[in-house]
Amino acid sequence: MNNLLVVSHSPHISGRESIRSIMRDVVIALIPSLIAGILVFGYRAGVVTVLSVLACVFFEWAWEKLLRKKSTIGDLSAVVTGMLLAFNLPVTIPLWIVVIGALFSIVIVKQFFGGLGHNFMNPALAGRAFLLASWSLAMTTWVAPGMSVPFWNTADVVTSATPLAAYADGGNLPSYLNLFLGYTGGCIGETSALAILIGAAYLLCRKVIKLRVPVIYIATVALGAWIFGGKDGFFTGDALYQIMAGGLMLGAFFMATDYTTTPYTPKGQVIFALGCGIITVLIRFWGGYPEGCSYSILLMNVATPLIDKLTQPKRYGETRTAKREAKVKAKKEEREKADKRKNADKISAEKRNKKNVGSVKKNRR
Amino acid sequence: MKSPSFFKTFVNGLFKENPTFVLFLGMCPTLAVTTGVTNAIGMGLSTTAVLICSNIVISMLRKFIPDKIRIASYVVVIAGFVTIVQMLMNAYVPALSSSLGIYIPLIVVNCIILGRAEAFANKNTVLASAEDGAGMGLGFTMSLTLIASVREILGAGTFAGIQLFGNSFQPVSIMILPPGAFLTLGILLALINLIAARVKNSKLKKRAEEGE
Repeated sequence: MNNLLVVSHSPHISGRESIRSIMRDVVIALIPSLIAGILVFGYRAGVVTVLSVLACVFFEWAWEKLLRKKSTIGDLSAVVTGMLLAFNLPVTIPLWIVVIGALFSIVIVKQFFGGLGHNFMNPALAGRAFLLASWSLAMTTWVAPGMSVPFWNTADVVTSATPLAAYADGGNLPSYLNLFLGYTGGCIGETSALAILIGAAYLLCRKVIKLRVPVIYIATVALGAWIFGGKDGFFTGDALYQIMAGGLMLGAFFMATDYTTTPYTPKGQVIFALGCGIITVLIRFWGGYPEGCSYSILLMNVATPLIDKLTQPKRYGETRTAKREAKVKAKKEEREKADKRKNADKISAEKRNKKNVGSVKKNRR
Repeated sequence: MKSPSFFKTFVNGLFKENPTFVLFLGMCPTLAVTTGVTNAIGMGLSTTAVLICSNIVISMLRKFIPDKIRIASYVVVIAGFVTIVQMLMNAYVPALSSSLGIYIPLIVVNCIILGRAEAFANKNTVLASAEDGAGMGLGFTMSLTLIASVREILGAGTFAGIQLFGNSFQPVSIMILPPGAFLTLGILLALINLIAARVKNSKLKKRAEEGE
């Protein structure tokens, strides 16, 4: 009886990957950045990351328990959200803010909309935006690298500017080498371009992400920075500095490549990456914030359903002329139908009028 | 004309047909002025006043207003009362009036008022219409106050301007910004629907048991 012929919907062949294996790869790819963060900012960076991960996993478990749903903490997606959220926070962040950020990311952004695969925004980035709008002072307290950060009372640290703020205000700029290695002020996971590139290389080898979106995104920002970023007019900007500073690398490789919140068609991904790049450039050089990477990705996340709709791939055998002809034909048919209906209405109305001439007159007020 | 009991018409607006959480009318003031409890109560009560007056007048005139131009006539009546309320507020509560700003004149286009004129006052007696206006208005005030208390307590740490927590409390400022309005409204709506569904289920169960 085992040889029954089963007829089922496609897909008939499934790959070996699962959500769990992909998320595990992403976690592995994020570890170099975590190590870089701990080396640059001290052990508190590790504490913040672990706390954020634990809080995200706890809220995911608790919410699904509350709603009596099947628990999905085993697929590790909450772990990834927790790590990305922590990487978007400064090392001096009070610990209770981390927990609230995790609550917002997991419960409101992800679970309210139906859990993994249904969220319309990147949970970690939305969590960051929420925290930045609520506690902007705590979210923008940056320390210089290598400083010891007290565990509890972090408000009294000596602050320093991030590379992008320094660039905008004309302060002391870190050297390219420090920028590449991550020895600058900034969020926990965003400073080291090297560590992010190592992680990204791992993801590319494992075929978890494709180069398309990150490369177009970074190239757009580089081009925009070169053209508009200079103080002495057009085409004098420092493109290399701009792409290594701020959260661009982290965002391009780990957030603009999220499966759920970015387009799935190749054409759509190109539009998405271009849009992210343009918005980032706009915010960096004309906006109120020194860095616009997270908002650019969030805004394009929101536009993703539209992009997917506009870039639907052609059906097999479909040509442009055939499509146009079909459209014209459909329109013609519709018009004919409408005409016929009108005529029929007219005829029946005339008939009715003829029949009821007398009574209509009587009924008129 | 069937007239529901005196009490029922009034309570209808408070819960069963609450303008904010059930009918979804008047969303603009609901989202915009609920940054503080004082604003919410002021907005709610001035809307209530306009609603009661316009319901009474429209109900009185319902047999004289030609059907074809009824909407325009309603707007004239409503705009008249809104102007009165606006002038009164300017004279006696200038602080509240300036913090509510444009939203006072915008009561003219509040869907609750036009909606009740069309759906209720135009078919019912003067007394019933006044009652309906009071119920709907108070229901609106209640919902606004509920939303505003959540937003003000979380977003500013105060309730109607009174400090609630010590200095160590750092308010969630996003709650008094526009996104906070949508977040609060959505979450409250979900909770209210949940409670309503529970109540309905338990009632049905009881009825089924009694039936057996």
